[in-house]
Amino acid sequence: MEPKGKITKIVNGRILLDHKIVEDSYIWIQDGKIIDAFHSFFDNHQEPDTIIDAQGCIISPGYIDLQINGAFGYDFSEVDGPIEKLTQNIEFVAKGLLQFGCTSFCPTVVTSAPQVYSKVLPLLRHRPGNAQTGAEILGAHCEGPFISTAKKGAHDQTMIQSADDGIESLDRAYGPELLKGDTVRIMTVAPEITGILQVIPQLVQRNITVSLGHSAAKIDQAEAGVSAGATFMTHLFNAMNPFHQRDPGLVGILGASDLPAPKQPERHPLPSSTSPDGNRPDPRPFYGIICDGVHVHPNSVRIAYYSHPRGCVLVTDALAGAYLQPGIYQLGGRDVEVRGASGAYVKGTDTLAGSTVSIDHCVRNFKNFTRCTVVEALEAATLHPAQTLGIQDTKGTLNAGADADILFLNDDLEIQKVFVRGVQIELQ
Amino acid sequence: MRLVIRNDYDQVSEWVAHYIKERINQFEPSKDRPFVLGLPTGSSPLSAYRRLAEFCQEGKLSFKHVVTFNMDEYVGIPRSHKQSYYSFMWTNLFKNIDIPAENINFLDGNASDLEEECRRYEAEIAKYGGIELFIGGIGPDGHIAFNEPGSSLTSRTRVKTLAYETIIANARFFDGDITKVPKLALTVGVATVMDAREVCIIITGAHRSIALAKCVEEGVNHMWTVSAIQMHPKGLIVCDEDATLELHVKTVKYFKSIEHVHQSLIGQENLGLQGELLSSEKVKRSVKLSRDMMVRKLMNAELSEEEDDDIFQDLRYTQKKRRLTQSSSP
Repeated sequence: MEPKGKITKIVNGRILLDHKIVEDSYIWIQDGKIIDAFHSFFDNHQEPDTIIDAQGCIISPGYIDLQINGAFGYDFSEVDGPIEKLTQNIEFVAKGLLQFGCTSFCPTVVTSAPQVYSKVLPLLRHRPGNAQTGAEILGAHCEGPFISTAKKGAHDQTMIQSADDGIESLDRAYGPELLKGDTVRIMTVAPEITGILQVIPQLVQRNITVSLGHSAAKIDQAEAGVSAGATFMTHLFNAMNPFHQRDPGLVGILGASDLPAPKQPERHPLPSSTSPDGNRPDPRPFYGIICDGVHVHPNSVRIAYYSHPRGCVLVTDALAGAYLQPGIYQLGGRDVEVRGASGAYVKGTDTLAGSTVSIDHCVRNFKNFTRCTVVEALEAATLHPAQTLGIQDTKGTLNAGADADILFLNDDLEIQKVFVRGVQIELQ
Repeated sequence: MRLVIRNDYDQVSEWVAHYIKERINQFEPSKDRPFVLGLPTGSSPLSAYRRLAEFCQEGKLSFKHVVTFNMDEYVGIPRSHKQSYYSFMWTNLFKNIDIPAENINFLDGNASDLEEECRRYEAEIAKYGGIELFIGGIGPDGHIAFNEPGSSLTSRTRVKTLAYETIIANARFFDGDITKVPKLALTVGVATVMDAREVCIIITGAHRSIALAKCVEEGVNHMWTVSAIQMHPKGLIVCDEDATLELHVKTVKYFKSIEHVHQSLIGQENLGLQGELLSSEKVKRSVKLSRDMMVRKLMNAELSEEEDDDIFQDLRYTQKKRRLTQSSSP
């Protein structure tokens, strides 16, 4: 037997296990992973070296943020400067996110020129989390350029394009990184753009989660996108047609009842009371939703939650100015006023420029808006994003075999302690 | 044989857990002289195990010098299988207490030579000088461990074929597939259990009432294997009111009256853990008080808090076993 590391045992906590909060269980950690102590006890006769008393805290997996454009003044789509400086910036953000309980994230790159992608995507490859270097980078979320001009939001219109040559258009736009398995994890596309429906299955084959967003699709085009293999929706309600009673558009996917059986059942939500079949995965995709109370009205969050509770994925969509002290900053060539957690606005106006909310704040807001249970609020930021990427064996769970990214929370879901791969980090 | 009757399953578990705690603490086990405890699986001991874990976490009981021997294990399924008795004991007891892994003894259902494994187990028990206290539960057919009706009352640890009904009943834990259910099990024999210096059987629930009646009021019989406890010098059965439903009223009243003589006439403070008199001095208690307490207990009335403490008076750990002092509440 190869020598094993020290065992840490966490006692006296209320642990999120198996869609429930259990009180009479423990968590054992060894070599940065959660282990099943049965084997270490009976086979190796190993007792825990350290015992951590959680003092009754709620114990949750670390939060996963699938959409974040930057933070602390740094933008993931920014390419000015040498590679070392960009790598430093990314690491600075990864470290800072740990303070909010975010232990894994997908850095998001907005619609950009091919040179930007070829420079920045290699820096956003999958990189394990570490207490010294910060949260785990799961891979990049490419939001655009194959999106709708009508729903571009703050994206650069000149770079928006269509996939006239199918997958080759995409390979040209993103560069060689698109072929590597661990670089691009999510891609946001609009299903009504020429050539996209044909390209979706090929993206799925490259292990990329296809997300529908920044789109003016009608309900038929939206459902076609899901049937083609899209398993996620980018910030529901934002950058898509508003719900209309005769053409619900992308939002209408939440009410879809005759979608085909999912081709990737493990990447679809678990069945809920609103699923067509209570025993099979839900054919509807997951949907990201920004829960800062500003981008989406709390009532709209509740409506989405009621119609598709197990598909909800909390995202921040934070912009570069997030988590800075309130004030005016120059970001992306514009003057932006950061107003704390309630968002960033174009200077001198009330036009929303981006969100500044943290993921743990989203979890608390989500619980307050929807009056859901603690389990549901936590799963929306842990299990559901992990399922979206197909990594629920190692992330977003506290089962044996998972990475030991753990949070201690109080009853108000405020962060008390954060562990990355079993190592506690210092909170400010 | 002592028969201790309590109101319901929770009180039975509470009593048994206290009893085990006191037995271990009064034994004062050490590395060279560990307390050897025999343990069952199944629904009967679950609450008692939870209570023992609580005692351990509260620091009132330590399993550092307790050696355990489990009664049985399935043949042919891996130790880590969710349905193995190994997993049962881990989930319900061992993971919550401070017992060292080397103190745990289990029959190995995957041994290449099962007969040899049974012999090894018996030898291991003998090496420790025998089992000090064997806890057990029974099935509705009065069987102890896997010694189903018809098992020899002088049997030792051996391989047993499971009864057809048992296999059907267990199928629900193996995805409803009978082919996946183990057909054989290794079990300690009736004589192995009765060789322990003390045997304590937990019998709760109306569905076990017939078994209790057969075991207590009728003869020693291999169709109700737990009846062998009648031949044991230190047998103890702890049951709830529902399990007494098939006993004669006279039997129930008799055993309850013994306890009440202990409590009200002799006084708990004069009695040791096993009902033995600690001092030859006769203690005077007010006759009226004694009679009142006896009648109330017979009627299963609620007692006030101080009176309730008296119930566990005989189960309290005293520094020196033979002292007459009043000790503090558990």
